[in-house]
Amino acid sequence: MPDLRELYQEVILDHHTRPRNCRRPDDANKHADGFNPLCGDKVTVYARVEDGVVRDIAFQGTGCAISTASASMMTETLKGKSMAEVLEIFNRFHELVTGKTPADSDTSGLGKLAVFAGVREYPVRVKCATLAWHTMRAALEGSQETVATE
Amino acid sequence: MKTSAQISQSEKRLAFDVEKIRGDFPILKQKVYGKPLVYLDNAATSLKPQSVIDALVYFYTNDCSNIHRGVHLLSQRATKAYEDTRAKVRRFINAADEKEIIFVRGATEGINLVAQSYARPLLKPGDEILISAMEHHSNIVPWQIICEEKGARLRVIPMNQRGELKLDEYAAQLGPRTRLVGVTHVSNALGTVNPVRQMIELAHQRNIPVLVDGAQAVPHMKADVTQLDCDFYAFSGHKMYGPTGIGVLYGKAHLLEAMPPYQGGGDMIGSVTFEKTIYNRLPYKFEAGTPSIAAGIALGAAIDYLEQLGMDRIAAYEHDLLQYATEALSRIARVRLIGTAEKKASVLSFVVEGVHPHDVGTILDQEGIAIRTGHHCAQPVMDFFNLPATARASLAFYNTREEIDVLVAGIRKVTEVFS
Repeated sequence: MPDLRELYQEVILDHHTRPRNCRRPDDANKHADGFNPLCGDKVTVYARVEDGVVRDIAFQGTGCAISTASASMMTETLKGKSMAEVLEIFNRFHELVTGKTPADSDTSGLGKLAVFAGVREYPVRVKCATLAWHTMRAALEGSQETVATE
Repeated sequence: MKTSAQISQSEKRLAFDVEKIRGDFPILKQKVYGKPLVYLDNAATSLKPQSVIDALVYFYTNDCSNIHRGVHLLSQRATKAYEDTRAKVRRFINAADEKEIIFVRGATEGINLVAQSYARPLLKPGDEILISAMEHHSNIVPWQIICEEKGARLRVIPMNQRGELKLDEYAAQLGPRTRLVGVTHVSNALGTVNPVRQMIELAHQRNIPVLVDGAQAVPHMKADVTQLDCDFYAFSGHKMYGPTGIGVLYGKAHLLEAMPPYQGGGDMIGSVTFEKTIYNRLPYKFEAGTPSIAAGIALGAAIDYLEQLGMDRIAAYEHDLLQYATEALSRIARVRLIGTAEKKASVLSFVVEGVHPHDVGTILDQEGIAIRTGHHCAQPVMDFFNLPATARASLAFYNTREEIDVLVAGIRKVTEVFS
């Protein structure tokens, strides 16, 4: 039986209670909307990208602890990263939460995002963890369509 | 086993042997995550008694064949068993005639049938369909589709903060352009029992027909279409302890007679040439194609089971359990009940302050408690209460006070994790 504390780690609960970069930057030049119809989670990701580098990234929305914390920690991680680095982290994160990489493997490059490894034990919650990430990718790629996880 | 001292007063008073009833549902014997299954998602689908499961197995083991067409013995047996269910449904909802009982896939298909075959040929630009603010998407979207096509208007009966329809406003909304009222008997998201008898009377004063979505009512109370005087009544087998894939549309015979078929195919025809098809008589006119035969037969077993328990006793037991659960949840400081109508059935929709319902659902799941979280296919209801979602515990007669205590302990665990 999966341990609840593996899913709801302190750092996740902290980012849920006090989400970072939960705002709408005035000078954002990229944004996209994401929606999870299963649970009603909604997120909008804003970014300011200059010279191929994410200068600022933020989000607004409503969601569960997993999706809010994931969005919050994503913004902290990606600020200042190049587009190539963003894609690399996106892929690593996706593999982490979907269980494609062992939970105890060296998760260097993901830093504290490794706390989301617990999500893999809860298949219906993977979409909560990845909603903000897919939405971020759509924003950076300039997609106009709302990202839906269903 | 419970000792007699542990049997609650209400069980004694109602002479309702819940332990024995639970024994009829094999799925309740299992453990999830090493804990007893506490199934509180009955508004999504109910569990099935052994007699319903046996009926499915019996059909495929002994009588498997198509109905209404075979000269051979198996087909005769299958046809009889299937049509026996129609007779049981007629009696169960007190319809005047078996030809008023149309088998469909579920309540959703029943409502779509009425939208397409009753309303669609009738609607003119500027006409109105009146539904309520607490409808399931299945009693919203079929009307939106035909209103858009016909230039008609979909109007909505408002509700108050307790989740009760505003009858004064409803009466004022009934007008010369209203072609049909569609209202749920019991709200799946709030548990409200609507005063449908009174609403039908008001509509009939203006000769407006009424469709009642009975999906959440039929499992919990006696639904009497003659007493209600409703024109259409739709419900699903799988929410009343029967299988998925079978449901019922009741319609008054004179309305059904005048309606064109919903789908074309086998079984719904009298004779076919390439020039002209004569449609079959009721109810077969609306039953194109091979139906869900085994499910139809097993629905009959579900009705037998419910009638043996008695709908009045079921309603009384569940009412008592709902009151117990309402009081228990109300005592938890961070819990707020959504839907506090005076007349309710089965459903406890709630939010835990500071915790998203999806997190509530995951933590309760780990305790073996199955609830629903989300918008319950009633997004307008969520918007009304300005919530993205709620957690919903929905009760059945096999649930117990002890299970409610497990739910309360589970919610306390939620508040500890999110302290």
